[in-house]
Amino acid sequence: MEGKKTALYEEHLSLKGKMVNYAGWLLPVQYEGLIPEHNAVRETAGIFDVSHMGTILVKGKDARPYLDYIMTNDISNQRQNQVLYTFMCNPDGGVVDDLLVYKYNDEKFLLVVNAANLEKDYRWLEDHRANYQVYLEDKSPETSILALQGPKAEEILQKLIDIDLKELKFFNFRDGVKIDKIEAMVSRTGYTGEDGFEIFTNNEDVVKLWRKLLEVGSHYGLKPAGLGSRDTLRFEAALPLYGNELSEDISPLEAGLKFFVKLKKESNFIGKDRLIDQWEKGLDRVLVGFELLERGIPREGYEVYKEDKKIGHVTTGYMSPTLNKSIGNALIQADQAELGEEIQVKIRNRMVKAKIIDKNFLKNR
Amino acid sequence: MSVLKDLYYTKDHEWLRVEGDEAYIGITDFAQEQLGDIVYVELPEVDDEFDKDEAFSAVESVKAASDIYMPVDGVILEVNEELVDAPELLNTDPYENWIVKIEIRDKSQLDELLTSAEYEDYLAEEV
Repeated sequence: MEGKKTALYEEHLSLKGKMVNYAGWLLPVQYEGLIPEHNAVRETAGIFDVSHMGTILVKGKDARPYLDYIMTNDISNQRQNQVLYTFMCNPDGGVVDDLLVYKYNDEKFLLVVNAANLEKDYRWLEDHRANYQVYLEDKSPETSILALQGPKAEEILQKLIDIDLKELKFFNFRDGVKIDKIEAMVSRTGYTGEDGFEIFTNNEDVVKLWRKLLEVGSHYGLKPAGLGSRDTLRFEAALPLYGNELSEDISPLEAGLKFFVKLKKESNFIGKDRLIDQWEKGLDRVLVGFELLERGIPREGYEVYKEDKKIGHVTTGYMSPTLNKSIGNALIQADQAELGEEIQVKIRNRMVKAKIIDKNFLKNR
Repeated sequence: MSVLKDLYYTKDHEWLRVEGDEAYIGITDFAQEQLGDIVYVELPEVDDEFDKDEAFSAVESVKAASDIYMPVDGVILEVNEELVDAPELLNTDPYENWIVKIEIRDKSQLDELLTSAEYEDYLAEEV
């Protein structure tokens, strides 16, 4: 199989990971099985190799205003050690990428981007430098990243880390920490809907770190988890996936993520005019959640109908391991998007009855 | 990876067990392993007719849906209702737990299928 290897490649093989090529990288889709790995993250903890994600350092005198122009979220008010979730939009309001911005100080930021978009994002950032005094560094080749996620994540990591994790708040980070003597940066972030941490370190130390975490974590039920459960977990937690819920042709407003698009921020940002316009005129399409009322599993790309008229398509769908029912997200005509409304999902040749429900599937868990 | 003798096989990893003019059809051990934990099986209706290579069923894991194709032209005589509530039976024993029983409409098509030896060779190349 072709593809780039992360520093943990051999570890995945030794753990019997089923390897696939994801965004050009060889990563495990599962080890023991998607369902046990998914359940481990919800009940105890799981650990993922997410080293395929891109990391871009943005430095310079104008880093802050530059990023405030590129990003939809309010960078100018971001605090040191805070992490912001944001979009980079194109002039039509579509999404170039969704990403996290880590602020070290006014002149140093780290961007963590989707693996599949790294090249595109770097070019976008370069092309929009204009007269801003900034310089960009792709740190991806030398950075390994682990995601430790689940209710036991804090307990496990606290056994090895030299800071008090109770002081590390959600969407904040600390650089220069030591985890079992290994230097790392750690943020309280994740893509699963559970408490957890993302750990950034170098390629030379990550194998040791991975093994140590698995060893300590084994007493808490920690399992290595793959890309399969990563997707089912984030989907249940109403977190978007670029390429499914977001794309160059889908605006964050349509995806229900207006909170991260500060239309009222003073500075201009790419796509601002179009997004304000879209919001004021009303959206043509919106993302809704749905559950099937009959047997079947909805999948990405399946068509959605209302009384035999096509109104949209499924962006992500699964038989949810945590909720034990078939649910999905669909991008549909805004005028059909009322909670409780009945729609149909075309699964192969069958029209399967479904009902629009709250996208926050885990809310009443 | 088990491959039972006395069954016919297809390159899409279906098996076929002939009993006179009728046959049972299922998926092979290789197929169930590739799919992972099976959470859903879509079954056709009794009396449905399908041509060879037409999809008559779908087997789904959490991650993906896989169409199952008719090895020969046939009419559905029985469907395995146990798979509705217990789709994981296909993982437990893919040869014991058939998906459909059909009446074979064209027995000459059996010659186009793989023997167990041929299927084993095919797996050796494929895997």
